[in-house]
Amino acid sequence: MVEQLFTDIGSIWAKYGTVYLTGILNTLILATVSTLIGCVIGFICGILQTIPCLPGDLWVKRALLRLLRGIIRVYVEVFRGTPMILQAVFIYYGMPYFFGVSFRDIWTVSILVVSINTGAYMAESVRGGIMSIDAGQFEGARAIGMNHFQTMLYIVLPQTLRNIMPQIGNNYIINVKDTSVMFIIGFQDFFAVHKMVSGAVFKYFPSAFLEMGGYLCLTLLASFLLRRLEKRMEGKGNYELVNEDQLVMTAGTYKFTGEAPYEEKSRDYQGEKP
Amino acid sequence: MNENILEIRHLSKTFGTHAVLKDVDFTVRKGDVTSIIGASGSGKSTLLRCINLLETLTTGEILFHGESVTGGKLNQSAYRARVGMVFQSFNLFNNLSVLENCVIGQRKVSRVPKEEARKRALYYLKKVGMLPYINARPAQISGGQKQRVAIARALAMEPEVLLFDEPTSALDPEMVGEVLDVMKSLASERMTMLVVTHEMAFARDVSTHVVYMADGVIAEEGPPSQVLVNPEDTRTREFLKRFLAQD
Ligand SMILES: Nc1ncnc2c1ncn2[C@@H]1O[C@H](COP(=O)(O)OP(=O)(O)OP(=O)(O)O)[C@@H](O)[C@H]1O
Ligand SMILES: [Mg+2]
Repeated sequence: MVEQLFTDIGSIWAKYGTVYLTGILNTLILATVSTLIGCVIGFICGILQTIPCLPGDLWVKRALLRLLRGIIRVYVEVFRGTPMILQAVFIYYGMPYFFGVSFRDIWTVSILVVSINTGAYMAESVRGGIMSIDAGQFEGARAIGMNHFQTMLYIVLPQTLRNIMPQIGNNYIINVKDTSVMFIIGFQDFFAVHKMVSGAVFKYFPSAFLEMGGYLCLTLLASFLLRRLEKRMEGKGNYELVNEDQLVMTAGTYKFTGEAPYEEKSRDYQGEKP
Repeated sequence: MNENILEIRHLSKTFGTHAVLKDVDFTVRKGDVTSIIGASGSGKSTLLRCINLLETLTTGEILFHGESVTGGKLNQSAYRARVGMVFQSFNLFNNLSVLENCVIGQRKVSRVPKEEARKRALYYLKKVGMLPYINARPAQISGGQKQRVAIARALAMEPEVLLFDEPTSALDPEMVGEVLDVMKSLASERMTMLVVTHEMAFARDVSTHVVYMADGVIAEEGPPSQVLVNPEDTRTREFLKRFLAQD
Protein backbone atom coordinates (compact mmCIF):
# COMPACT_ATOMS: atom_id res chain seq x y z
CA MET A 1 0.00 0.00 0.00
CA VAL A 2 1.21 3.46 -0.82
CA GLU A 3 0.33 4.82 2.61
CA GLN A 4 2.39 2.03 4.15
CA LEU A 5 5.35 3.12 2.02
CA PHE A 6 5.16 6.67 3.28
CA THR A 7 4.80 5.69 6.90
CA ASP A 8 7.83 3.42 6.51
CA ILE A 9 9.83 6.20 4.91
CA GLY A 10 8.70 8.51 7.68
CA SER A 11 9.84 6.15 10.40
CA ILE A 12 13.16 5.48 8.71
CA TRP A 13 13.78 9.18 8.24
CA ALA A 14 12.83 9.93 11.84
CA LYS A 15 15.43 7.48 13.06
CA TYR A 16 18.15 7.81 10.42
CA GLY A 17 17.54 11.22 8.84
CA THR A 18 20.82 12.71 9.99
CA VAL A 19 22.69 9.62 8.79
CA TYR A 20 21.19 10.05 5.32
CA LEU A 21 22.08 13.75 5.36
CA THR A 22 25.65 12.99 6.37
CA GLY A 23 25.75 10.51 3.50
CA ILE A 24 24.54 13.16 1.08
CA LEU A 25 27.12 15.58 2.40
CA ASN A 26 29.91 13.03 1.99
CA THR A 27 28.76 12.21 -1.53
CA LEU A 28 28.72 15.87 -2.50
CA ILE A 29 32.12 16.60 -0.99
CA LEU A 30 33.70 13.58 -2.66
CA ALA A 31 32.10 14.31 -6.05
CA THR A 32 32.92 18.03 -5.97
CA VAL A 33 36.50 17.79 -4.75
CA SER A 34 37.30 14.89 -7.08
CA THR A 35 35.76 16.60 -10.11
CA LEU A 36 37.80 19.72 -9.43
CA ILE A 37 41.03 17.77 -8.98
CA GLY A 38 40.13 15.67 -12.02
CA CYS A 39 39.74 18.86 -14.07
CA VAL A 40 43.15 20.07 -12.95
CA ILE A 41 44.66 16.71 -13.93
CA GLY A 42 42.82 16.88 -17.25
CA PHE A 43 44.06 20.38 -17.99
CA ILE A 44 47.63 19.52 -17.08
CA CYS A 45 47.52 16.46 -19.36
CA GLY A 46 45.91 18.60 -22.07
CA ILE A 47 48.68 21.22 -21.92
CA LEU A 48 51.42 18.61 -21.86
CA GLN A 49 49.95 16.68 -24.76
CA THR A 50 49.69 19.74 -26.98
CA ILE A 51 53.22 21.11 -26.51
CA PRO A 52 54.23 21.66 -30.12
CA CYS A 53 57.04 19.57 -31.51
CA LEU A 54 59.02 21.77 -33.88
CA PRO A 55 61.32 20.39 -36.56
CA GLY A 56 64.19 22.47 -35.20
CA ASP A 57 63.94 21.05 -31.68
CA LEU A 58 66.63 18.90 -30.14
CA TRP A 59 66.05 15.16 -30.27
CA VAL A 60 66.10 15.06 -26.46
CA LYS A 61 63.09 17.36 -26.33
CA ARG A 62 61.30 15.39 -29.02
CA ALA A 63 62.01 12.10 -27.26
CA LEU A 64 60.79 13.50 -23.95
CA LEU A 65 57.62 14.84 -25.53
CA ARG A 66 56.93 11.51 -27.16
CA LEU A 67 57.50 9.69 -23.88
CA LEU A 68 55.19 12.13 -22.08
CA ARG A 69 52.44 11.64 -24.63
CA GLY A 70 52.87 7.88 -24.35
CA ILE A 71 52.52 7.97 -20.57
CA ILE A 72 49.41 10.12 -20.74
CA ARG A 73 47.96 7.85 -23.38
CA VAL A 74 48.48 4.77 -21.18
CA TYR A 75 46.99 6.58 -18.18
CA VAL A 76 43.90 7.57 -20.11
CA GLU A 77 43.35 4.13 -21.59
CA VAL A 78 43.85 2.27 -18.31
CA PHE A 79 41.59 4.44 -16.18
CA ARG A 80 38.95 4.92 -18.81
CA GLY A 81 38.96 1.27 -19.70
CA THR A 82 38.48 -0.34 -16.28
CA PRO A 83 35.57 -0.07 -13.81
CA MET A 84 36.04 2.52 -11.07
CA ILE A 85 34.88 0.03 -8.47
CA LEU A 86 37.79 -2.20 -9.40
CA GLN A 87 40.22 0.71 -9.45
CA ALA A 88 39.20 1.48 -5.90
CA VAL A 89 39.79 -2.09 -4.78
CA PHE A 90 43.00 -2.26 -6.75
CA ILE A 91 44.50 0.85 -5.22
CA TYR A 92 43.16 0.33 -1.70
CA TYR A 93 44.29 -3.25 -1.35
CA GLY A 94 47.23 -3.00 -3.74
CA MET A 95 49.09 -0.30 -1.85
CA PRO A 96 50.52 -2.58 0.84
CA TYR A 97 51.99 -4.85 -1.83
CA PHE A 98 53.72 -2.13 -3.82
CA PHE A 99 54.61 0.50 -1.28
CA GLY A 100 54.44 -1.37 1.98
CA VAL A 101 51.94 1.13 3.32
CA SER A 102 48.19 0.99 3.43
CA PHE A 103 45.98 4.04 3.35
CA ARG A 104 44.45 4.57 6.73
CA ASP A 105 42.26 7.37 5.57
CA ILE A 106 39.36 6.23 3.44
CA TRP A 107 38.80 9.82 2.29
CA THR A 108 42.26 10.05 0.78
CA VAL A 109 41.87 6.86 -1.20
CA SER A 110 38.37 7.74 -2.36
CA ILE A 111 39.33 11.21 -3.54
CA LEU A 112 42.44 9.78 -5.19
CA VAL A 113 40.53 7.12 -7.09
CA VAL A 114 37.68 9.34 -8.27
CA SER A 115 40.06 12.18 -9.20
CA ILE A 116 42.34 9.96 -11.23
CA ASN A 117 39.35 8.42 -12.95
CA THR A 118 37.80 11.80 -13.75
CA GLY A 119 41.19 13.10 -14.87
CA ALA A 120 41.41 10.35 -17.49
CA TYR A 121 38.13 11.44 -19.03
CA MET A 122 38.92 15.13 -18.70
CA ALA A 123 42.31 14.71 -20.37
CA GLU A 124 40.52 13.68 -23.55
CA SER A 125 37.91 16.42 -23.25
CA VAL A 126 40.59 19.06 -22.76
CA ARG A 127 42.65 17.73 -25.66
CA GLY A 128 39.59 17.89 -27.90
CA GLY A 129 38.75 21.36 -26.55
CA ILE A 130 42.22 22.68 -27.29
CA MET A 131 42.21 21.19 -30.79
CA SER A 132 38.92 22.93 -31.53
CA ILE A 133 40.37 26.39 -30.80
CA ASP A 134 41.13 28.30 -33.99
CA ALA A 135 44.82 28.29 -34.92
CA GLY A 136 44.56 32.08 -35.23
CA GLN A 137 44.28 32.36 -31.45
CA PHE A 138 47.65 30.65 -31.04
CA GLU A 139 49.22 32.74 -33.79
CA GLY A 140 47.86 35.99 -32.40
CA ALA A 141 49.41 35.14 -29.05
CA ARG A 142 52.71 34.01 -30.50
CA ALA A 143 52.90 37.10 -32.67
CA ILE A 144 52.96 39.36 -29.60
CA GLY A 145 55.65 37.24 -28.02
CA MET A 146 53.79 34.90 -25.69
CA ASN A 147 55.38 31.49 -25.13
CA HIS A 148 53.45 28.20 -25.22
CA PHE A 149 52.69 28.28 -21.51
CA GLN A 150 51.41 31.87 -21.54
CA THR A 151 49.38 31.27 -24.69
CA MET A 152 47.73 28.30 -23.03
CA LEU A 153 47.14 29.94 -19.67
CA TYR A 154 45.75 33.27 -20.80
CA ILE A 155 44.21 32.63 -24.19
CA VAL A 156 43.55 29.00 -25.05
CA LEU A 157 42.57 27.39 -21.77
CA PRO A 158 39.97 30.01 -20.76
CA GLN A 159 38.28 29.42 -24.11
CA THR A 160 38.68 25.67 -23.78
CA LEU A 161 37.20 25.75 -20.29
CA ARG A 162 34.14 27.53 -21.56
CA ASN A 163 33.76 25.15 -24.48
CA ILE A 164 34.03 22.01 -22.41
CA MET A 165 31.85 23.20 -19.51
CA PRO A 166 29.07 20.82 -20.63
CA GLN A 167 31.49 17.90 -20.45
CA ILE A 168 32.72 18.99 -17.03
CA GLY A 169 29.09 19.16 -15.91
CA ASN A 170 28.54 15.71 -17.30
CA ASN A 171 31.47 14.36 -15.35
CA TYR A 172 30.27 16.04 -12.19
CA ILE A 173 26.83 14.47 -12.43
CA ILE A 174 28.33 11.09 -13.22
CA ASN A 175 30.54 11.48 -10.16
CA VAL A 176 27.62 12.35 -7.89
CA LYS A 177 26.05 9.05 -8.86
CA ASP A 178 29.08 6.85 -9.36
CA THR A 179 30.88 7.71 -6.15
CA SER A 180 28.36 5.20 -4.79
CA VAL A 181 30.72 2.42 -5.81
CA MET A 182 33.18 3.60 -3.19
CA PHE A 183 31.17 1.71 -0.56
CA ILE A 184 33.30 -1.22 -1.68
CA ILE A 185 36.22 0.13 0.31
CA GLY A 186 34.01 1.38 3.10
CA PHE A 187 33.39 5.00 2.14
CA GLN A 188 30.29 6.31 3.94
CA ASP A 189 28.45 8.01 1.10
CA PHE A 190 24.72 8.35 0.46
CA PHE A 191 24.43 4.87 -1.02
CA ALA A 192 26.45 3.27 1.78
CA VAL A 193 23.86 4.66 4.19
CA HIS A 194 21.17 2.77 2.28
CA LYS A 195 23.04 -0.48 2.67
CA MET A 196 23.52 0.13 6.34
CA VAL A 197 19.99 1.30 7.14
CA SER A 198 18.14 -1.26 5.06
CA GLY A 199 20.27 -3.99 6.61
CA ALA A 200 19.37 -2.75 10.07
CA VAL A 201 15.60 -2.32 9.61
CA PHE A 202 15.03 -4.94 6.89
CA LYS A 203 13.09 -2.49 4.77
CA TYR A 204 14.74 -2.30 1.37
CA PHE A 205 12.21 -0.52 -0.76
CA PRO A 206 11.42 2.54 1.38
CA SER A 207 15.12 3.28 1.73
CA ALA A 208 15.71 2.72 -1.98
CA PHE A 209 12.83 5.07 -2.72
CA LEU A 210 14.44 7.71 -0.56
CA GLU A 211 17.75 7.16 -2.26
CA MET A 212 16.32 7.43 -5.76
CA GLY A 213 14.59 10.67 -4.89
CA GLY A 214 17.68 11.95 -3.14
CA TYR A 215 20.06 11.26 -6.02
CA LEU A 216 17.66 12.70 -8.54
CA CYS A 217 17.32 15.91 -6.52
CA LEU A 218 21.09 16.21 -6.24
CA THR A 219 21.70 15.76 -9.95
CA LEU A 220 18.85 18.06 -10.96
CA LEU A 221 20.19 20.73 -8.68
CA ALA A 222 23.70 20.22 -10.04
CA SER A 223 22.38 20.41 -13.58
CA PHE A 224 20.59 23.67 -12.84
CA LEU A 225 23.59 25.27 -11.13
CA LEU A 226 25.93 24.21 -13.93
CA ARG A 227 23.71 25.88 -16.51
CA ARG A 228 23.72 29.05 -14.46
CA LEU A 229 27.50 28.89 -14.31
CA GLU A 230 27.74 28.39 -18.08
CA LYS A 231 25.52 31.42 -18.64
CA ARG A 232 27.72 33.51 -16.40
CA MET A 233 30.84 32.39 -18.21
CA GLU A 234 29.38 33.50 -21.52
CA GLY A 235 29.73 37.06 -20.33
CA LYS A 236 27.34 39.87 -20.91
CA GLY A 237 25.33 39.87 -24.09
CA ASN A 238 25.83 43.57 -24.54
CA TYR A 239 28.45 46.14 -23.63
CA GLU A 240 28.47 49.75 -22.63
CA LEU A 241 29.87 52.32 -24.95
CA VAL A 242 32.39 54.40 -23.10
CA ASN A 243 32.15 58.12 -23.32
CA GLU A 244 35.59 59.46 -24.10
CA ASP A 245 35.19 62.36 -21.71
CA GLN A 246 35.00 60.05 -18.74
CA LEU A 247 38.49 58.75 -19.34
CA VAL A 248 41.64 60.10 -17.86
CA MET A 249 43.07 60.11 -21.35
CA THR A 250 43.08 63.78 -22.09
CA ALA A 251 45.94 65.11 -24.14
CA GLY A 252 49.23 65.09 -22.27
CA THR A 253 48.23 62.74 -19.48
CA TYR A 254 49.89 59.72 -20.95
CA LYS A 255 53.28 59.68 -19.37
CA PHE A 256 54.16 56.15 -20.28
CA THR A 257 57.77 55.80 -21.41
CA GLY A 258 57.62 59.54 -21.81
CA GLU A 259 56.05 59.68 -25.22
CA ALA A 260 54.46 57.76 -28.02
CA PRO A 261 57.12 55.75 -29.79
CA TYR A 262 56.65 56.39 -33.43
CA GLU A 263 56.00 60.07 -32.99
CA GLU A 264 59.46 60.12 -31.57
CA LYS A 265 60.73 58.24 -34.58
CA SER A 266 59.17 60.80 -36.81
CA ARG A 267 61.33 63.43 -35.19
CA ASP A 268 64.62 61.82 -36.01
CA TYR A 269 63.61 60.52 -39.37
CA GLN A 270 65.59 62.47 -41.91
CA GLY A 271 64.42 60.96 -45.13
CA GLU A 272 61.95 62.85 -47.23
CA LYS A 273 58.30 62.01 -47.61
CA PRO A 274 57.31 60.64 -50.97
CA MET B 1 69.20 58.21 -40.15
CA ASN B 2 68.30 55.33 -42.39
CA GLU B 3 69.37 52.53 -40.11
CA ASN B 4 68.52 48.98 -41.03
CA ILE B 5 65.94 47.43 -38.75
CA LEU B 6 65.45 44.14 -40.53
CA GLU B 7 67.72 42.37 -42.96
CA ILE B 8 66.50 39.22 -44.63
CA ARG B 9 69.43 37.23 -45.96
CA HIS B 10 69.15 34.29 -48.38
CA LEU B 11 65.82 33.25 -46.93
CA SER B 12 64.40 30.02 -48.34
CA LYS B 13 61.35 28.16 -47.19
CA THR B 14 60.23 24.75 -48.39
CA PHE B 15 57.08 22.92 -47.40
CA GLY B 16 57.94 19.30 -48.08
CA THR B 17 59.30 19.46 -51.61
CA HIS B 18 57.50 22.69 -52.48
CA ALA B 19 59.94 25.60 -52.51
CA VAL B 20 57.76 28.56 -51.56
CA LEU B 21 60.51 31.11 -50.97
CA LYS B 22 63.78 30.94 -52.89
CA ASP B 23 66.76 32.88 -51.66
CA VAL B 24 64.90 36.06 -50.74
CA ASP B 25 67.04 39.03 -49.76
CA PHE B 26 65.86 42.40 -48.68
CA THR B 27 66.20 45.08 -46.10
CA VAL B 28 63.76 47.15 -44.10
CA ARG B 29 65.03 50.49 -42.96
CA LYS B 30 63.61 52.63 -40.22
CA GLY B 31 60.63 54.57 -41.46
CA ASP B 32 60.14 52.49 -44.59
CA VAL B 33 56.62 51.67 -45.60
CA THR B 34 57.07 48.66 -47.84
CA SER B 35 54.20 47.21 -49.85
CA ILE B 36 54.58 43.61 -50.95
CA ILE B 37 52.50 42.76 -53.99
CA GLY B 38 52.30 39.71 -56.16
CA ALA B 39 50.04 36.97 -57.43
CA SER B 40 48.26 34.58 -55.11
CA GLY B 41 50.59 31.79 -54.02
CA SER B 42 53.77 33.76 -54.72
CA GLY B 43 54.81 33.43 -51.08
CA LYS B 44 53.94 36.85 -49.63
CA SER B 45 52.23 35.55 -46.51
CA THR B 46 54.92 32.95 -46.01
CA LEU B 47 57.55 35.69 -46.15
CA LEU B 48 55.81 37.71 -43.42
CA ARG B 49 55.26 34.61 -41.31
CA CYS B 50 58.94 33.75 -41.60
CA ILE B 51 59.89 37.25 -40.55
CA ASN B 52 57.74 36.93 -37.43
CA LEU B 53 59.09 33.40 -36.87
CA LEU B 54 55.65 31.88 -37.17
CA GLU B 55 57.33 29.57 -39.67
CA THR B 56 60.78 28.11 -39.22
CA LEU B 57 63.16 29.11 -41.98
CA THR B 58 64.53 26.34 -44.13
CA THR B 59 67.72 28.26 -44.80
CA GLY B 60 68.94 31.80 -44.48
CA GLU B 61 68.77 34.24 -41.63
CA ILE B 62 67.01 37.31 -40.37
CA LEU B 63 68.95 40.11 -38.73
CA PHE B 64 67.23 42.50 -36.37
CA HIS B 65 69.39 45.56 -35.84
CA GLY B 66 72.24 43.52 -37.24
CA GLU B 67 71.74 40.64 -34.82
CA SER B 68 70.56 37.22 -35.96
CA VAL B 69 67.17 36.26 -34.57
CA THR B 70 67.32 32.73 -35.86
CA GLY B 71 70.70 31.83 -34.42
CA GLY B 72 69.22 31.62 -30.94
CA LYS B 73 71.21 34.51 -29.44
CA LEU B 74 68.26 36.86 -29.36
CA ASN B 75 65.27 35.75 -27.34
CA GLN B 76 62.56 34.87 -29.84
CA SER B 77 59.72 36.06 -27.62
CA ALA B 78 61.40 39.40 -27.09
CA TYR B 79 61.98 39.69 -30.83
CA ARG B 80 58.34 38.93 -31.63
CA ALA B 81 57.28 41.57 -29.16
CA ARG B 82 59.40 44.10 -31.10
CA VAL B 83 57.89 43.06 -34.42
CA GLY B 84 54.12 43.43 -34.51
CA MET B 85 51.86 41.45 -36.78
CA VAL B 86 48.37 42.18 -38.06
CA PHE B 87 46.58 39.24 -39.64
CA GLN B 88 44.04 39.03 -42.40
CA SER B 89 41.70 37.20 -40.01
CA PHE B 90 42.32 39.63 -37.08
CA ASN B 91 43.05 36.85 -34.55
CA LEU B 92 41.80 38.88 -31.60
CA PHE B 93 41.62 36.91 -28.38
CA ASN B 94 38.00 35.84 -28.13
CA ASN B 95 37.99 35.42 -24.38
CA LEU B 96 39.15 38.97 -23.69
CA SER B 97 37.56 42.39 -24.07
CA VAL B 98 38.89 44.94 -26.54
CA LEU B 99 40.86 46.66 -23.78
CA GLU B 100 42.23 43.39 -22.36
CA ASN B 101 43.33 42.37 -25.85
CA CYS B 102 45.60 45.40 -25.89
CA VAL B 103 46.80 44.97 -22.30
CA ILE B 104 47.64 41.27 -22.03
CA GLY B 105 50.78 41.26 -24.17
CA GLN B 106 52.21 44.29 -22.43
CA ARG B 107 51.61 42.74 -19.01
CA LYS B 108 52.72 39.19 -19.67
CA VAL B 109 55.43 39.64 -22.29
CA SER B 110 56.87 43.10 -21.70
CA ARG B 111 56.03 43.17 -17.96
CA VAL B 112 54.64 46.70 -18.14
CA PRO B 113 53.03 47.81 -14.85
CA LYS B 114 49.27 47.45 -14.76
CA GLU B 115 48.20 51.07 -14.79
CA GLU B 116 50.73 52.03 -17.43
CA ALA B 117 49.67 49.13 -19.65
CA ARG B 118 46.07 50.27 -19.37
CA LYS B 119 46.92 53.84 -20.28
CA ARG B 120 49.02 52.76 -23.19
CA ALA B 121 46.25 50.50 -24.45
CA LEU B 122 43.71 53.32 -24.15
CA TYR B 123 46.06 55.64 -25.99
CA TYR B 124 46.38 53.35 -28.97
CA LEU B 125 42.72 52.40 -28.95
CA LYS B 126 41.93 56.07 -29.13
CA LYS B 127 44.32 56.42 -31.99
CA VAL B 128 42.43 53.81 -34.01
CA GLY B 129 39.10 55.24 -32.93
CA MET B 130 38.02 52.30 -30.82
CA LEU B 131 37.95 53.96 -27.43
CA PRO B 132 34.15 53.74 -27.05
CA TYR B 133 34.29 49.96 -27.50
CA ILE B 134 36.84 49.01 -24.87
CA ASN B 135 34.34 46.84 -22.98
CA ALA B 136 33.11 44.96 -26.03
CA ARG B 137 34.21 41.47 -26.87
CA PRO B 138 35.62 40.65 -30.31
CA ALA B 139 32.44 38.77 -31.24
CA GLN B 140 30.43 41.94 -30.67
CA ILE B 141 32.19 44.28 -33.11
CA SER B 142 32.41 44.53 -36.88
CA GLY B 143 35.26 43.32 -39.04
CA GLY B 144 36.71 46.76 -39.61
CA GLN B 145 36.53 47.47 -35.90
CA LYS B 146 38.21 44.15 -35.13
CA GLN B 147 41.05 44.98 -37.47
CA ARG B 148 41.50 48.39 -35.89
CA VAL B 149 41.67 46.76 -32.45
CA ALA B 150 44.18 44.27 -33.83
CA ILE B 151 46.30 47.21 -34.99
CA ALA B 152 46.00 48.84 -31.57
CA ARG B 153 46.97 45.55 -29.93
CA ALA B 154 50.09 45.38 -32.07
CA LEU B 155 50.92 49.04 -31.46
CA ALA B 156 50.49 48.68 -27.70
CA MET B 157 53.55 46.44 -27.69
CA GLU B 158 55.39 49.48 -29.10
CA PRO B 159 57.02 47.48 -31.88
CA GLU B 160 59.70 48.83 -34.17
CA VAL B 161 58.17 47.24 -37.23
CA LEU B 162 54.59 46.34 -38.00
CA LEU B 163 53.82 43.53 -40.41
CA PHE B 164 50.43 43.50 -42.12
CA ASP B 165 49.18 40.46 -44.03
CA GLU B 166 46.36 41.62 -46.30
CA PRO B 167 44.71 43.54 -43.46
CA THR B 168 41.70 44.52 -45.52
CA SER B 169 41.11 41.39 -47.58
CA ALA B 170 38.60 39.83 -45.18
CA LEU B 171 36.59 43.04 -44.85
CA ASP B 172 33.39 44.19 -46.47
CA PRO B 173 34.13 46.97 -48.96
CA GLU B 174 32.61 49.66 -46.77
CA MET B 175 34.99 48.81 -43.93
CA VAL B 176 38.19 48.81 -45.94
CA GLY B 177 38.49 52.60 -45.78
CA GLU B 178 38.53 52.89 -42.00
CA VAL B 179 41.39 50.41 -41.70
CA LEU B 180 43.37 51.98 -44.53
CA ASP B 181 42.94 55.38 -42.88
CA VAL B 182 44.53 54.09 -39.69
CA MET B 183 47.40 52.62 -41.68
CA LYS B 184 47.86 55.85 -43.59
CA SER B 185 48.07 57.85 -40.39
CA LEU B 186 50.67 55.43 -39.06
CA ALA B 187 52.62 55.81 -42.29
CA SER B 188 52.49 59.57 -42.00
CA GLU B 189 54.05 59.24 -38.53
CA ARG B 190 56.87 57.22 -40.07
CA MET B 191 55.97 53.94 -38.42
CA THR B 192 58.05 51.26 -40.11
CA MET B 193 55.63 48.95 -41.87
CA LEU B 194 55.71 45.94 -44.13
CA VAL B 195 52.36 45.49 -45.83
CA VAL B 196 51.20 42.62 -48.01
CA THR B 197 48.35 44.14 -49.94
CA HIS B 198 46.18 44.00 -52.99
CA GLU B 199 45.24 47.67 -52.52
CA MET B 200 47.19 49.22 -55.36
CA ALA B 201 46.17 52.72 -54.36
CA PHE B 202 47.73 52.16 -50.94
CA ALA B 203 50.90 50.76 -52.48
CA ARG B 204 51.13 53.68 -54.88
CA ASP B 205 50.21 56.58 -52.58
CA VAL B 206 51.34 55.53 -49.13
CA SER B 207 54.34 53.27 -49.40
CA THR B 208 57.93 54.35 -49.87
CA HIS B 209 58.88 50.98 -51.31
CA VAL B 210 57.17 48.37 -53.39
CA VAL B 211 58.32 44.76 -53.58
CA TYR B 212 56.88 42.60 -56.33
CA MET B 213 57.04 38.88 -55.64
CA ALA B 214 56.65 36.12 -58.19
CA ASP B 215 57.09 32.38 -57.57
CA GLY B 216 58.95 32.78 -54.32
CA VAL B 217 61.46 35.36 -55.44
CA ILE B 218 61.55 39.13 -55.38
CA ALA B 219 61.15 39.92 -59.06
CA GLU B 220 61.41 43.64 -58.68
CA GLU B 221 61.65 46.26 -55.96
CA GLY B 222 61.99 49.99 -55.74
CA PRO B 223 59.99 53.15 -55.15
CA PRO B 224 56.33 52.95 -56.21
CA SER B 225 56.91 55.41 -59.00
CA GLN B 226 59.25 52.91 -60.58
CA VAL B 227 57.73 49.50 -59.79
CA LEU B 228 54.12 50.47 -60.33
CA VAL B 229 54.51 52.95 -63.13
CA ASN B 230 57.54 51.85 -65.13
CA PRO B 231 58.20 48.23 -64.20
CA GLU B 232 61.27 46.65 -65.73
CA ASP B 233 60.30 43.05 -65.14
CA THR B 234 57.85 41.58 -67.62
CA ARG B 235 56.12 39.62 -64.88
CA THR B 236 55.46 42.80 -62.94
CA ARG B 237 54.04 44.38 -66.07
CA GLU B 238 51.77 41.39 -66.67
CA PHE B 239 50.63 41.36 -63.04
CA LEU B 240 49.84 45.05 -62.99
CA LYS B 241 48.03 44.87 -66.30
CA ARG B 242 45.83 42.04 -65.04
CA PHE B 243 45.34 43.74 -61.74
CA LEU B 244 44.42 47.12 -63.09
CA ALA B 245 42.10 45.50 -65.60
CA GLN B 246 40.13 44.05 -62.68
CA ASP B 247 39.60 47.41 -61.02
N1 LIG C 1 51.68 25.36 -44.11
C1 LIG C 1 51.86 25.12 -45.42
N2 LIG C 1 52.08 23.87 -45.87
C2 LIG C 1 52.26 23.64 -47.18
N3 LIG C 1 52.23 24.57 -48.14
C3 LIG C 1 52.00 25.83 -47.76
C4 LIG C 1 51.80 26.18 -46.40
N4 LIG C 1 51.60 27.51 -46.32
C5 LIG C 1 51.67 27.96 -47.57
N5 LIG C 1 51.91 26.97 -48.46
C6 LIG C 1 52.07 27.10 -49.90
O1 LIG C 1 52.97 28.14 -50.14
C7 LIG C 1 52.60 28.87 -51.27
C8 LIG C 1 52.61 30.33 -50.95
O2 LIG C 1 51.64 30.60 -50.00
P1 LIG C 1 51.39 32.06 -49.43
O3 LIG C 1 50.25 31.95 -48.49
O4 LIG C 1 52.66 32.59 -48.91
O5 LIG C 1 50.96 32.86 -50.72
P2 LIG C 1 50.47 34.36 -50.83
O6 LIG C 1 51.42 35.03 -51.75
O7 LIG C 1 50.31 34.94 -49.48
O8 LIG C 1 49.07 34.20 -51.55
P3 LIG C 1 47.72 35.00 -51.29
O9 LIG C 1 47.81 36.26 -52.05
O10 LIG C 1 46.66 34.08 -51.85
O11 LIG C 1 47.56 35.18 -49.83
C9 LIG C 1 51.24 28.36 -51.70
O12 LIG C 1 51.41 27.58 -52.86
C10 LIG C 1 50.78 27.49 -50.56
O13 LIG C 1 50.09 26.38 -51.03
MG1 LIG D 1 48.59 35.49 -48.27
